[in-house]
Amino acid sequence: MQKTLKRYFPIFVLPTLIAFAFAFIIPFIEGVYLSFCRFTTVGNAQWVGLENYTKALTSQSDFVYSFGITTLFTVISVVTVNVLAFCIALLLTRKLKGTNFFRTVFFLPNLIGGIVLGYTWQQMINAILFRYGTTIVSQFRYGFIGLIVLINWQLIGYMMIIYIAGLQNIPTELIEAAKIDGATGWQTLRKVKIPMVMPSITICVFLTLSNSFKLFDQNLSLTAGAPMHKTEMLALNIYQTFYGKVGQEGIGQAKAVLFFIVVTAITVIQLYVTRRKEVEQ
Amino acid sequence: MKRRILSLLFVLSIMTAVFTGCGNSDDSSSDESAKKDDNKGSVYYLNFKPEVDDQWQEIAKAYTKKTGVDVKVVTAASNQYETTLKSEMSGSNAPTLFQINGPVGYKSWKDYCLDLSDTDLYKNMQDQSMAVKGDDGKVYGIPFSVEAYGIIYNNAIMEKYFALDGAVVKKMDEIDSFDKLKEVVEDMTKKKDDLKIEGVFASTSLKPGEDWRWQTHLANLPIYYELQDKKVNDLDEITFKYGDQYKNVLDLYMDNSVSEKGLLGSTDVAASMAEFALGECAMVQNGNWAWSQISKVDGNVVKKGDIKFLPIYFGVDDKKQGLCIGTENFWCVNSKASKEDIEATKDFLNWLITDDEGKAYMYKSADEGGLGNAAPFKTFNEDERSDDPLAAEMYRWMESDKTNIPWSFTVFPSQTFKDDFGAALLEYANGNMKWKDVSKKIVEEWALEK
Repeated sequence: MQKTLKRYFPIFVLPTLIAFAFAFIIPFIEGVYLSFCRFTTVGNAQWVGLENYTKALTSQSDFVYSFGITTLFTVISVVTVNVLAFCIALLLTRKLKGTNFFRTVFFLPNLIGGIVLGYTWQQMINAILFRYGTTIVSQFRYGFIGLIVLINWQLIGYMMIIYIAGLQNIPTELIEAAKIDGATGWQTLRKVKIPMVMPSITICVFLTLSNSFKLFDQNLSLTAGAPMHKTEMLALNIYQTFYGKVGQEGIGQAKAVLFFIVVTAITVIQLYVTRRKEVEQ
Repeated sequence: MKRRILSLLFVLSIMTAVFTGCGNSDDSSSDESAKKDDNKGSVYYLNFKPEVDDQWQEIAKAYTKKTGVDVKVVTAASNQYETTLKSEMSGSNAPTLFQINGPVGYKSWKDYCLDLSDTDLYKNMQDQSMAVKGDDGKVYGIPFSVEAYGIIYNNAIMEKYFALDGAVVKKMDEIDSFDKLKEVVEDMTKKKDDLKIEGVFASTSLKPGEDWRWQTHLANLPIYYELQDKKVNDLDEITFKYGDQYKNVLDLYMDNSVSEKGLLGSTDVAASMAEFALGECAMVQNGNWAWSQISKVDGNVVKKGDIKFLPIYFGVDDKKQGLCIGTENFWCVNSKASKEDIEATKDFLNWLITDDEGKAYMYKSADEGGLGNAAPFKTFNEDERSDDPLAAEMYRWMESDKTNIPWSFTVFPSQTFKDDFGAALLEYANGNMKWKDVSKKIVEEWALEK
């Protein structure tokens, strides 16, 4: 069987490889090339060198500001999503009645698309703010808090499932042994459970980190950057540069390349750091 | 052995799927090249307005039936025209006919615009100064529909007001300046219970993406007057000299509105048109395209004969001011298309403005299956006009002795400029920004985006 698999390896890989090349590798290379060009359509580009990158980083394009609030958003959401998801996972692994029902309920929001979610939350938040004669787009803090609430609502369920899987994989002997040694609940959590679910934490932090950093649909539909680009995160900023301005497609492209580098760097560092804390089972 | 055969079968089925996929696309492209061999060419129009998509599909069918030339019409989703155009133009099967919104659109698409100076389309224009011209003086964009906007009012409610005791004016003609309008509107607000309305003006929709009536249409006036003062067509930097007048009009809209100021950030255009249709307000600023929207609202109480236009009196030159009449719809032919396709496209356009059948599609209103365009070509007779009530109003104002205000907003720097303008207005409405700062922001943003 192993041999056959090896023999047919190229055939099995080929379809995916072709799809991957067409849908990812080729556009990616073209995208990097275009970030050094001035263009309106991708078929008609003119080489301009590093000009796009210098323009992207000057203050007028708000790129630096967007980077700032995206970072702030990411830090807050990584903490809140993971802490809450972990707590819920702890609760739902306690063999309470109706755990399966609650697991399903918490997971459901994840199945709704970002745009729909954004509009739904916009309506809900506006319905509350309506009582105070204002709307979500009137203040930066409303929009920002709205985004945090939204991302929590969407991601907690997914992360919870991963944590539950992790918690269920902890050998019961370990926990029993800890109990016999007289460990309190808190001590068991800190010294046994958390180290044992480190692989889950790695994955969850990775997912929340990259999802929050790349947040786009939810941002577009919830606030669209209002008021005055103050809640405009990186992905939306790139989109607006590309489609909202005249002759700045190249700059948008340059921003996208920078964005790619930043996201990759951050997630690689994160993976390296949390991986080191994982223990062998 | 059995397993090996099975896996082989599986691989084969995948392979066939992959190859038939390729095969199919080969077929279709050879189909197209076959068509091109006929020397007939084909037309591919990327349409801007989703609301007339059905009509365009029908026109395409009718034309193909008549001439045998293939016409394909694709409509971009609302607000997605530039996005769609950018991706379609990069494809191998690019549109042969597309739209730009004026000089700014021309700037980003000039590599794709064909010189139309020698076409019948240009020669038949009523007012050739409306065409989009390049720096070289050649013609690159031809307007195909003229539109007007102003303050739309419900005459039934106005009549009711005129009949009240102590009404400031007794008939509509007496409202001929901003000051008068303000006086009437404020008096109407006081008497809104008698008039059974919730406000004089429909909500000033300031939701992001729904604010074009203010950041584009209303903003046209201060920029127009500033350009007039300086006797130029475009400016690299503006002073926003008539900002205060702009503020006065906007304040009038917001202070006498159906909605509270703080809630404007969540209202959209459809909502304010619905308020007008349901008779909750007497006035709304919008254009002649609005009738089709109003008449379709469930429970519409506005009668066809009651819907009228009033100029947006601005307090600068009210005596002469008429409606804002212009266009944002220009046809451009793709210069990178094949020769046959270019010829086919020109023929198609000619058919639309000269042939009786084509013309009927152009001018008939949407209820009758037409596009409802007020086509600015000499080939259209006076009886070849849409029976839309607001279109009729537009002609009435066009033929009066007032000066029509052109659509100067076609020189606005970019979508971002307009969006930021709208965002600043929202901040102003929410009380987060003083007018002085809004004004400053607009001046800065113009210089930045130009």
